[in-house]
Amino acid sequence: MSVPDRTTSPFEPSADLPPPPMMRGTWGWMRENLFSSLPSAFLTVGCLFLLAWFLPGLIRYLFIDAIWSAADGEPCRAPGAGACWAYVNAKLTFFTYGAYPRDQLWRVNTVMASGGILAVWLLWPAAKGKGLAALLFFAVFPIVAFGLLTGRTPFPSLLLPSPGSNIEWWAFRAAIGVAAVALPLLALQRFWLGGVLLFLVAWFMAAAHWRLLGLTRIDTDLWGGIFVSLLVASVGIVFSLPCGILLALGRRSRLPIIRFLSIVLIEIVRGVPLITVLFMANTMLPLFVPDAWSPDRLLRPLIGVALFSSVYMAEVVRGGLEAVPRGQYEAAMAVGLNWRRMMMLVALPQALTAVIPGIVNSFIALFKDTTLVAIVGIFDFLRAVDTQRLDPAWAGPSISATGYIFAAAFYFVFCFAMSRYSQMMERRHAAGRKR
Amino acid sequence: MATATNFRPRQVTNANAIEMIGVHKWFDKFHVLKDINLTVRAGEKIVICGPSGSGKSTLIRCINRLEAHQRGRIIVDGTELVEDLKRIDAVRRDVGMVFQQFNLFPHLTVLENCTLAPVWVNRLPKAEADAIAMHYLTRVRIPEQAGKYPLQLSGGQQQRVAIARALCMSPKIMLFDEPTSALDPEMVKEVLDTMMQLAKDGMTMICVTHEMNFAREVADKIVFMDRGEIVEANTPERFFSNPVQERTRLFLAQVLR
Repeated sequence: MSVPDRTTSPFEPSADLPPPPMMRGTWGWMRENLFSSLPSAFLTVGCLFLLAWFLPGLIRYLFIDAIWSAADGEPCRAPGAGACWAYVNAKLTFFTYGAYPRDQLWRVNTVMASGGILAVWLLWPAAKGKGLAALLFFAVFPIVAFGLLTGRTPFPSLLLPSPGSNIEWWAFRAAIGVAAVALPLLALQRFWLGGVLLFLVAWFMAAAHWRLLGLTRIDTDLWGGIFVSLLVASVGIVFSLPCGILLALGRRSRLPIIRFLSIVLIEIVRGVPLITVLFMANTMLPLFVPDAWSPDRLLRPLIGVALFSSVYMAEVVRGGLEAVPRGQYEAAMAVGLNWRRMMMLVALPQALTAVIPGIVNSFIALFKDTTLVAIVGIFDFLRAVDTQRLDPAWAGPSISATGYIFAAAFYFVFCFAMSRYSQMMERRHAAGRKR
Repeated sequence: MATATNFRPRQVTNANAIEMIGVHKWFDKFHVLKDINLTVRAGEKIVICGPSGSGKSTLIRCINRLEAHQRGRIIVDGTELVEDLKRIDAVRRDVGMVFQQFNLFPHLTVLENCTLAPVWVNRLPKAEADAIAMHYLTRVRIPEQAGKYPLQLSGGQQQRVAIARALCMSPKIMLFDEPTSALDPEMVKEVLDTMMQLAKDGMTMICVTHEMNFAREVADKIVFMDRGEIVEANTPERFFSNPVQERTRLFLAQVLR
């Protein structure tokens, strides 16, 4: 093509040419990525050598020499035996439920399945009816789960007028009283407030009639395994984000007392190890409240974990808030938004999107830190695995190793899933908002 | 989409839209505003100019309380600005502002940027807020961009969205803080045209700008500031042809060339 003479002809933009070909086949890709220079070629060969040295043994141990079924640990103790999957298989019920009564496992299964379904509903980006899902997950599910798992009336005994009074009768009266307020409100079309009160009515009624279900009481001493690990992790995750947001806002507040209290709480809890927080929650919480209201032995570490993860979350969220440009706050104020709406509608959506990697990082750390509740006597998944390797019928070096491999795989699957989910959310939120 | 039935631009109800009486402000020890006295009548268009650091931005940011003044009085359409959230909110509902850096909300679409405050502050139904937003987006000539995100638009388009966003609250007074200073030269005109249209419709405006042609054409009064003080306030003809102060002549010699 000849160069057009711009002195005589008018300017015409020239046609776009296709880009040069990027992929030059497998060989081209390899040359570009694996053997682009001499050091890189050495590294590639070295890594291949390491893999060749390491992988066959691993595969042989995990699959080929593995014992898939056995009545006890005898075959696994034979020299040259690989991973003892028969042991995991035999102990799977214990790993999952701890000592929860075997004829009542349906209660745990129901809770885990419904919780899982609700969580997927909430987290699935394209799902409809997120408001209903949130209501079910955050309001209804905890009450039902508590009632099902413990077999006790899902109503906090510390809300009762006096310890020892009849919960059912009290709840029934409360339901009637609240309904008397809720129904006129609904008639007056105050749906939000009326709805909340109606929910309370339903809760009281459920509490009053819970005994009719005939569930036996199962104390938390018997709970254990994956089920408890997931419980601790989800309570930590569900509480840490809202509490962390509140603490972050408190730390940036212009009101000196709120700012001071937030800073003190964040710095103190963040300045000590989680184990210390757990010990404190375990031994000191009961000292602050009357004996009758003393929190359950599982509730104490739950509070400790939630508190600990909240203060970490607070700092992550604060980082996001600091990253929102000043002009955004000014524009929000200039259009007349008050502080609360400015935060909820302008600052927090941008701040939280910016720190999705940090938030998920905290969640992943929290998920693995749940193993520390074993220190205060909670029978979590890792502890369950750890105790069962002492079972004389299943004692043996490769059997212990298999248990730990199984535990590692469990934690990896969950953490990796969280990581992938966060990457997907980052991409979704970035789409369309950047040039 | 519902038609916007009961919306019409609101007017300043008092004779004076803005009164600033003996206003002082300090940033720490730095005295940014020194004894500012300025009256803006209803429907008046004021252009504020001056070298950078002269306090012009701070002055207009005091009018909607993005900055708090420390001495003197500021009265916006009959409401005096004091440390009272209710009054500040009331003034901010009456005063729209356009920033140098646009400050659009990047996580919301153009339409959502325009409807956010009408829905959450004025409690308009969504459909009505949408209709109003589309009306003003049409007026700034970018209705077809309503579904896009701000960062997908050019600077000039973003600034026009910012103007539409402010107008959606049907403000009585509009403040412009160097609205064209962050724009590529090719896009300055589209924003100035929009502002001229607004001026023609009788909006009370205060505009901090270096666009002297805009000032000449639109302003009722030009205010020249230097080092936190109003040096001279005059009609455009007299300001450009026969400035009183030597400092003003120096400034004009610099900017007009």
